[in-house]
Amino acid sequence: MSAVLDNVAPARRPTNNKRLDTSVLEPGWVRITLIAVALVFLTLFLFIPLAAVFTEALKKGWEVYVESVMDADALSAIKLTLIAAAISVPLNLVFGVAAAWAIAKFEFRGKSILLTLIDLPFSISPVIAGLMYVLLFGASGWFGPWLAEHDIKILFAVPGIVLATVFITFPFVARELIPLMQQQGTEEEEAALVLGASGWSTFWRVTMPNIKWGLLYGVILCNARAMGEFGAVSVVSGHIRGETNTMPLHVEILYNEYNFTAAFAVASLLALLALVTLAVKSFIEWRLHEARKASTDAPH
Amino acid sequence: MTSLALPGNTAATKPKRPGRVIPGFGISLGFTLFYLALIVLIPLSAVFLKTSTMSWADFWATVTSERVMASYRLSFGASLIAAAINVVFGGIVAWVLVRYQFPGKRFIDALVDLPFALPTAVAGITLTALYAHNGWIGQYLATLGIKVAFTPLGVVVALTFIGLPFVVRTVQPVLEEAEKELEEAAASLGAAPLQTFIRVVLPTITPALITGFALAFARATGEYGSVIFIAGNLPMVSEITPLLIISKLEQYDYAGATAIAVVMLVFSFILLLAINLLQAWTRKRAGKA
Repeated sequence: MSAVLDNVAPARRPTNNKRLDTSVLEPGWVRITLIAVALVFLTLFLFIPLAAVFTEALKKGWEVYVESVMDADALSAIKLTLIAAAISVPLNLVFGVAAAWAIAKFEFRGKSILLTLIDLPFSISPVIAGLMYVLLFGASGWFGPWLAEHDIKILFAVPGIVLATVFITFPFVARELIPLMQQQGTEEEEAALVLGASGWSTFWRVTMPNIKWGLLYGVILCNARAMGEFGAVSVVSGHIRGETNTMPLHVEILYNEYNFTAAFAVASLLALLALVTLAVKSFIEWRLHEARKASTDAPH
Repeated sequence: MTSLALPGNTAATKPKRPGRVIPGFGISLGFTLFYLALIVLIPLSAVFLKTSTMSWADFWATVTSERVMASYRLSFGASLIAAAINVVFGGIVAWVLVRYQFPGKRFIDALVDLPFALPTAVAGITLTALYAHNGWIGQYLATLGIKVAFTPLGVVVALTFIGLPFVVRTVQPVLEEAEKELEEAAASLGAAPLQTFIRVVLPTITPALITGFALAFARATGEYGSVIFIAGNLPMVSEITPLLIISKLEQYDYAGATAIAVVMLVFSFILLLAINLLQAWTRKRAGKA
């Protein structure tokens, strides 16, 4: 019996080996069809739209483009977008580090509930995020009368825009750091502390170098979303030209005025930001990959 | 001898002090909870408390009115179709990116995340320009008699764009981890390629496919920016639910806007729970493999 099998096996093996060597089991035409389908799908939904943004923006030439971008309302929209990001990203950065420290370095009850709550803003429609702040700070909202009395404007003003942006970008840094720090464990920190380092210097000298790439990753994603947020900001902004319009809102106004070239010119700046974000993201992924390879290869 | 003693040693000392030495538990958890309450929980509770000022009959009448029901059908229907398209094509993209080598692969892989990084308003005006009757893509579809922009079909296109990365990014790591030996074994035992795919590959990536579907679906139901430009926003035909919330707000009907928001929130919470369970399942399946 076994002799029969032994006789059959060698005869079959060469053909099998040849197929395995190409490390692909399916026939060539299947491979080519699948690649073609994937490329056509991505071309339709990614490459053409991306190319269209820049083509539409430059349709009437470079001068019109520069003029649209340097327009006073456009500049004030750019300024407001930068302000909103400059406030919300650092706030969520501090939160992200604190949350990751508590969740990754300690054991406590209700941790999985806390994780779900941190994720919550991801699953809430941006429109509802804006609505929440209208209900809190609007004229008939909880704090509305008190704010009116003290002449503080939150809704339809910059603070409302910043709050909505903070909410929308709330989970980004925490979500990147928590799994990274959980994976790294607590041994290095414990060693530093046992050797007499203070809590702060342990954090800066031991934890920070370990999480810096993950942190940067979270920050650039957070920043991209902060600068591009539309729905939530649209609800709380009030759309006052030159005052409470962020870049995405300015794009909407120009578009609704049939000023397409100007709308795409401002939109192209946001598309550039998206491309830079993706480039930095790919670079960090490569660094993380290298770091992981080094750490699994070196010590044993 | 020492190598035998070591593992037992660490195992004995480790559980005794789980993070005892590490400082900052109180302050980091305290700040986390404070900030979470301030930014997320208190504002969110405002939505639920506002609805409680409505009578049940009013609430029910608002959330089941004809126009709102039409918007649910569009929002959920288009989101389901878009997520299904992404399961098929996202699955193929993930497969191609993991298994095959071809020029420009790294670049394409990086660009898959574009819908995450591109502001939704930019996506909205761009897709509208492309699919309008005189747009790059729309003009060819127009000769076939297909209208995309300003119809429910446009909503599907926008939501497909928005959901594109989810399936690709959930399936990719699972395929990378999958043991190719199993497929090779199946093939060498005489299974046809299609048979190998259905019996060996598909069961491995199914949890990831479903998770990606759920994530894309959840994102699509709440999406606003990319849809409103291409939808045309005709009442009863191409009006999505988030847009109804906005139009109620613009009429100062805060209670009505909030009632619809609560329906959407309850739906997203259920979906979030389902996604969490799915991801736990995916991890378990991946761990076993």
